[in-house]
Amino acid sequence: MITELAHFALILAAIAAIIQMIVPMIGAAKGWAGWMEAARPAASAQVLLTGFAFAALMRAFVVSDFSLAVVVANSHTDKPMLYKISGVWGNHEGSLLLWVLILALFGATVAWFGQGLRTSLRARVLAVQASVGVAFYGLILLTSNPFERLAVPPMNGQDLNPLLQDPGLAFHPPFLYLGYVGLSMSFSFAVAALIEGRVDAAWGRWVRPWTLAAWLFLTAGIALGSWWAYYELGWGGFWFWDPVENASFMPWLIAGALLHSAAVTEKRETLKSWTVLLAILAFGFSLLGTFIVRSGVLTSVHAFATDPLRGNVILGIFTFFVGGALLLYAIRAREMTARSAFATLSRESALVANNVLLAVGAFVVFVGTLWPLAAEMFFGRTLSVGAPFFDAAFTPFMIVLALILPVGAVLPWKRATGKSVRPLRIAAAAAFLAAALAWTLGTGKPILAPLGVGLAVWVIAGAAVDLAQRTGRGSFAERAGRLRRLPGADWGRSVAHAGFGVTILGISALLGWQVEDIRVAAVGERFEVAGYGVTLADVTQGRGPNYTTTMADMRVDKGGRVIARLHPERRVYPVAGMPTTEAAIRSGVLRDLYLVIGAQQDSGDWAVRTYIKPFASWIWAGAIIMSIGGAMSLGDRRLRLAAIRRKAAPASGVPAE
Amino acid sequence: MRHIFAALLIALAALPALAVTPDEMLEDPALEARARDLSTGIRCLVCRSESIDESNADLARDLRVLVRERILAGDTDEEIEAYLVSRYGEYVLLRPDTSGANLLLWAAGPLALLAGLGVSVFYIRRQRSYDGAGATHFSAAERRRLDELTEGEQGRH
Repeated sequence: MITELAHFALILAAIAAIIQMIVPMIGAAKGWAGWMEAARPAASAQVLLTGFAFAALMRAFVVSDFSLAVVVANSHTDKPMLYKISGVWGNHEGSLLLWVLILALFGATVAWFGQGLRTSLRARVLAVQASVGVAFYGLILLTSNPFERLAVPPMNGQDLNPLLQDPGLAFHPPFLYLGYVGLSMSFSFAVAALIEGRVDAAWGRWVRPWTLAAWLFLTAGIALGSWWAYYELGWGGFWFWDPVENASFMPWLIAGALLHSAAVTEKRETLKSWTVLLAILAFGFSLLGTFIVRSGVLTSVHAFATDPLRGNVILGIFTFFVGGALLLYAIRAREMTARSAFATLSRESALVANNVLLAVGAFVVFVGTLWPLAAEMFFGRTLSVGAPFFDAAFTPFMIVLALILPVGAVLPWKRATGKSVRPLRIAAAAAFLAAALAWTLGTGKPILAPLGVGLAVWVIAGAAVDLAQRTGRGSFAERAGRLRRLPGADWGRSVAHAGFGVTILGISALLGWQVEDIRVAAVGERFEVAGYGVTLADVTQGRGPNYTTTMADMRVDKGGRVIARLHPERRVYPVAGMPTTEAAIRSGVLRDLYLVIGAQQDSGDWAVRTYIKPFASWIWAGAIIMSIGGAMSLGDRRLRLAAIRRKAAPASGVPAE
Repeated sequence: MRHIFAALLIALAALPALAVTPDEMLEDPALEARARDLSTGIRCLVCRSESIDESNADLARDLRVLVRERILAGDTDEEIEAYLVSRYGEYVLLRPDTSGANLLLWAAGPLALLAGLGVSVFYIRRQRSYDGAGATHFSAAERRRLDELTEGEQGRH
């Protein structure tokens, strides 16, 4: 009964979305206040109805209601509760329901908290947001109904893909969706502004928090996925340039560009049409990502629910929204004139360079991801585009980006001189010293790692210099006092930039200095890897809640002391009939110990892999720091919105910049 | 679709444990290093975007052994890649070559960068004349708003 009610609620939500799409749009065109206001109750109704539908689906998973097809296909009574819940979005139907729920929720926040917006702009934003919703409600109700019943419910389910039964992956999709859908808000604002024919500082101020939120969720989501790959796939790779990874990486890059150009639009009222274009593209890439994942057009293990019809419908949605928005853009973009000018050497120019590099990077990923498809369709060639291509074609742009980042951050708006970059001398010296130190420590190793470390220190020290610059002149105590009172946006920027540097450092060190050892070891045997002694103490068979396991007991010693006892496993999930490798990892600040147990050899001994991975955890720590930076900036934004509303923004008295 | 997924599961279930296993490695560390290096550029044909060096699949193992056999037979890296391409098609290479249409793929980044830089330089040079010229279009209210904003900016700088 609840299931049928939920299905019905979803249909009602679709109707609410249709009303929200049409009525406020007409109201805004005609200037009818009542019609514009209709958007707000409709948005609230959408959230309540979709929320109910989602809760009902979650209940079906929690109580293992096997009369629902989607529960049978993706759950099992033996599954731990966490994965019963994550199973709700670990499949096509449920993940689309989560998608529309977040879409409705974000739309409603504008309805609830958007009093500061012009009424006509708010009405149009909500109408555009609802139109995206209508498309996805249609997709769910017509092709992917999660509430489909089975005539004869089976006794038990088929279990969720064991690779997905993991804490990292349990929360990976919701974060990505918060990011993807967050960009739908930027898109709605962009299209609404194009319809209004007006982009001003207030518009930039509204787009920025949404983009910021989307970007920080995407950062966290991508980091979770990468972390999962690191420990789950058994050899410690953190990025595969898999089409599905690229699908989330492209919107992340464009959102990063949008974040920076929206700042220019807000603070300087220039680069407007470019910001609007980026907002459209960012959501376009989100939709493209959904298409890639859901259609399975590009082979990938992630595409666990592939279906040509659904793929075609999503492609149709993508074409309609991106094509329509770009058409509107072509007609209207010329009306958005800049209201300030800037010199060739200025922060504006540096941010333009940032945007060019991020956009070109995203373009390279885009071309590389879709090239196998294009080559087959147009040139009759079946080929692969893998990591070696992306490493060679994409990385240079990120290196240049990291090189100019600290410079752009300390340049003043409008007009800069050579003097502006002088404080960065300390950062340059630190970078040079770090690279030299790294090179001496790793003699004979590839030169790339020391260069990467130097670059990372340049970015991190640059972020510190940037922050110190904000405190102005005066005694140390005065400056320290001002440092504490700096706005969250200043802190956020420096923290996020430093996080980017930390990630660069982790990647460089890992690629340059990783030590790998593959061997056959007898039980009780001790062997040495890069100064660490590793002992295979025991191997036992065991059972988990829904799997069987072969577990090794291994000890790692250094300097005569046991520093870690680790238990790498090989699991077999009998219901899904699938083995997984569970590496045992001891993470540290300076290095990760990474142990994997392999198959038993004919001799009765065991294949064992040992990795020493220097600075590996810095890769994800950097991503977390970036997200924290985003959150700090977001906190500041809210305060500033409130301050602007009160029309009493006191000058902070900081002469920095 | 369910059948493909089931087939995939069965294929995966038949996996041996690790990617590179001890028994397939070459005695000579230099040759082994060459084999590893080559392997990272060769696709495991039945996997997602994994190289044979990373993959656990049986086919990846066969290819790794094949690569090592060719190395021991004295082939150069290019010869081994050419041999694999002749057997499995260019799909086997993770790094597409630069022949024919693939030039477009490799040139996409540099060309886009040139285009991006060209447009930016053009834009930055042109917009320097905006000050004043654009100001005449403002309504009184917009003018006031602009003054408020720029004042706010100056206060902070």
